[in-house]
Amino acid sequence: MKGVLKAVKKGRGGVDIAHNKNTAEMPVVRITPPPFVEIPMRQSIGAECEPTVKAGDRVKIGQLIGDSAAYVSAPVYASVSGTVTGIKDIELSTGVVSKTVIIESDGLMEEDSFQPPKVSDTKSFIAAIRASGLVGLGGAGFPAHVKLNLPQEAEIDTLIINAAECEPYITVDYRECLENSENIMRGVSAVKKYLNIDRVVIAVENNKPKAIEILSEIADKSGENVRVMQLKSRYPQGAEKMIILSATGRKIPPGKLPSDVGCVVMNVASIAFVGRHLATGKPLVSRSMTVDGSAVKNPMNVRVPVGTMMDYIIDFCGGFTCEPEKIVCGGPMMGTALIGINFPVLKGNNALLAFCEGDCAVKKETDCIRCGRCAASCPLSLVPTNVEKFLKAKDVKKLKHAGAAVCMECGSCAYSCPAGKPLVQYMRLAKAMIREGEAK
Amino acid sequence: MTEIKRKLVVSASPHFRSKSTTTGIMLDVIIAMVPALIAACVLFGLRSLALTAVSVASCVIFEYLSRKILKRSNTVGDLSAVVTGMLLAFNLPSTMPYWMVIIGAFTAIVIVKQLFGGIGQNFVNPALIGRIVLMSSFTTQIGDFRAPFAYKNAVDAVTSATPLSQINAAAAASDTAGYLDSADIPSLVQMFLGERAGCMGEVCIAALLLGFLYLVIRRVISPVIPLVYAGTVAVIMFAAGGGSVSFVLYQLMAGGLVLGAVFMATDYTTSPVSVKGKIIYALGCGIITSLIRLFGSLPEGVSFSIIIMNILVPHIEHLAAPKPFGTPKRKKGAEK
Repeated sequence: MKGVLKAVKKGRGGVDIAHNKNTAEMPVVRITPPPFVEIPMRQSIGAECEPTVKAGDRVKIGQLIGDSAAYVSAPVYASVSGTVTGIKDIELSTGVVSKTVIIESDGLMEEDSFQPPKVSDTKSFIAAIRASGLVGLGGAGFPAHVKLNLPQEAEIDTLIINAAECEPYITVDYRECLENSENIMRGVSAVKKYLNIDRVVIAVENNKPKAIEILSEIADKSGENVRVMQLKSRYPQGAEKMIILSATGRKIPPGKLPSDVGCVVMNVASIAFVGRHLATGKPLVSRSMTVDGSAVKNPMNVRVPVGTMMDYIIDFCGGFTCEPEKIVCGGPMMGTALIGINFPVLKGNNALLAFCEGDCAVKKETDCIRCGRCAASCPLSLVPTNVEKFLKAKDVKKLKHAGAAVCMECGSCAYSCPAGKPLVQYMRLAKAMIREGEAK
Repeated sequence: MTEIKRKLVVSASPHFRSKSTTTGIMLDVIIAMVPALIAACVLFGLRSLALTAVSVASCVIFEYLSRKILKRSNTVGDLSAVVTGMLLAFNLPSTMPYWMVIIGAFTAIVIVKQLFGGIGQNFVNPALIGRIVLMSSFTTQIGDFRAPFAYKNAVDAVTSATPLSQINAAAAASDTAGYLDSADIPSLVQMFLGERAGCMGEVCIAALLLGFLYLVIRRVISPVIPLVYAGTVAVIMFAAGGGSVSFVLYQLMAGGLVLGAVFMATDYTTSPVSVKGKIIYALGCGIITSLIRLFGSLPEGVSFSIIIMNILVPHIEHLAAPKPFGTPKRKKGAEK
C-alpha cells in the first residue's frame, strides 16, 4: 500500500482534459448486420495472414478465413455469414495496404458451431488464446498470445487489468465493466491461473464510480487476490507505463517491456473476451466501438462485426450533423486522423469520432517561448522542446540522451503547448532519426 | 450512404489542443503588471503612464520594423513586445527623458531580441539589457528619482535618495541597528505601499504581489523562482544584518527585488525549464544580488544578478536535465 501511495504521488505530468464521456450511460447496441464486410488480413502488428478461403466460398460466422505461420500474427475469422465475393488489396485506415477478404452477407448471421477450448496448462491456454484471434482491444492491437507467452526467466507477480480509459469520449471499456463483469472475472482467473501470477490489480479512473463498485463486488466474490485500484482521472493515467507505476511503484526502463518489471497488462475488453472465449469457444469476430463527436447525429456504443465499413456505422448512428472537418479512429489524444470514411473496422479500433469544423482545430504553429509546459506535462520526464531543437539540428546523440525513444506519444505536450507545436510528430521523427542513426 | 464531400483535415495526434496561446500568456503578464502601473501613476504622476506608453509603443514599432527588415513573419500580435516595453519602463525612474527610453527599447527589441532570432531565442532578458545600457549611458538621468507625490507640489523637483542606497550607506557605516530608526528612511508600511523613491514599477510591493498572485493562480509562472530568489536573499541578509528581521524586510522590499523576482527572473526564455534548474537559477540570482548589495559599489544588484544567471541557463539546464522515465540511476559523481 505504501508503494502505491508513493507511486501515485510520483506519477506526475499529464493534462486535465474534458472527459466528454457522453455515451457512458448508453448500453452497447448490436449494429444491424451490414450487407457486406471487408476483412483485412493485416489486423495488427505482425505478419499479414494468408486467406484460407477463395471467391465463391460460403462462410459462417467464426469460420477461419486467414492465418499465418508467423509467430507474431493472429488468425482472422469471418464476421458475417455469406459468400466470399473476392480478395483484393485495399488501403487501411492505418495507411498500410493489406490483402482483404470481402464477404457478402446473406443477412442470416449464421454461426459456425463452437466448442469451448480444452485448456489444462499454460501451453494449451496460450494455444487457445492464439486460436481465438485475439489482439489487444484497447487500441494497440498486439497479438495477445505473444504478450501472454512470457519468457521462461520472467518472474511475473502482477496482472494489471487496464480499465482506466483515460482518453476522452471512449466509453466501451466502461460498458464492458458494467455489462460483462462475469466474463472479466472468468478471464482474470484463467490468466492468473495459467500464467501463475500471484496478484491482480484492476485499474479504473475515479470518475467511474459505478464500474469501481461492480468490479470490487465481483473481485470480493472471487475470493482471489484481486483488488481494484482507483486512479486519479487525469490523462494519461491509463498508459501502460503509468498504470504499472501506479500499481506497483515500478518504472519500466527505456526499451524494456512490462514483463521486465514483473507485470502483464491487459485491456479490460481483451480480458472479458478471454473469459467469454473460454466459456463458448467463439473467436473474435466483433468488437464494441464508441461512435461520437460533434458531427455524429446519434452518438452511441455499437457492437460491430470486424470488417464493417465505417460509413455504414456512421449511417447506423444517424449520419452526420454537418460536413465533418476531421474524422478520428481511436481517441482524440492518440487516435489517427482519417483521410476518408471508406475503411473497414479492425479488431483494435475502439472508437470512431467525427468533428464539425473548428471543433478540433489545430493551432497555428508559432515560435517556442520555452514556457516549459511540454516538460511539465510529460509523464515520462522528457523535455519535448529540447527534442525538437535536437531534431532540427539532426543531433542523434543528443536525441538519444534526451530519451526521445522513451516517448509513448500520449500527446500531453502538444496538447498543452501554447505555440501549437506538433510535438508528437517531432517525437516520431526523432525516433525515426535515432533508428536510422543506429542502423548506420 | 454517408459520403464525405470535402477534404478532411489530416494531422498528427493529439486532435485536441488546450486553449492556451502565446498571446494569451503575454496578456496575462500584462494584466499582472497593471496594478503596479496604477500605483506608479498614483505615486509619481501621469508621466509614468506617458513613459510606459512611449516605451511600449517604441518596442512594438521596433519589433514590427525589425521583423519586416529581416523578412520574418509579423509577431507583434503575440504581445511580447508590449510586455518588454512595460518592463523596461518599470525599471526606470518616472523622470527619464523619452528619447532615452526609445534607445532602451531599441536595444531591448532589436539588438537583444530580434538579432538573436526573436521570441524564445534571446539569451538574456531584453528589458534588463535595455535598462543596463541606459544605466551605463545616462548615469545621472537613471538616478534621478523623485520622492512620491512630489509631482503634486509645484516646487521644482529634487533628486531623492532611494531607501536602498540609504540602507547601504548606513550598513557601510557599520551601523546595523540605529539607521533603521532614523526618520529619513520610509517605514516598512510605506515600503510595502510604495511610498518611497525608486523606479516607477518597483516601489509598490503590494501591487507587485497582487500581480504575482495573479500569475501563479493563472499558472503563467511557477512560484519556484520568485520564492527561492527572495528566500535566498532573506537568508543571506538575515545573517548579514545580525539577525535583524526588519533589515531583512527592508532588503526584500527595497530596490527592484520583487519586480525582478516576479516579472524578470521568471521570463520563460531566459530561465530553466526544469524545477531543479529553476531552483539552482533562483539560488544564484539571490546570492549574486546579496553579494552586490553587501559588497559591491552599486546600490542595486537585481538586474546584474538576473543577467548573469540568464547567461548560465544553458549550463544549468544541462546539469539539471530531468532523467527520462525509468532511466537507471547513474553511479555516484555523475549525478548532480
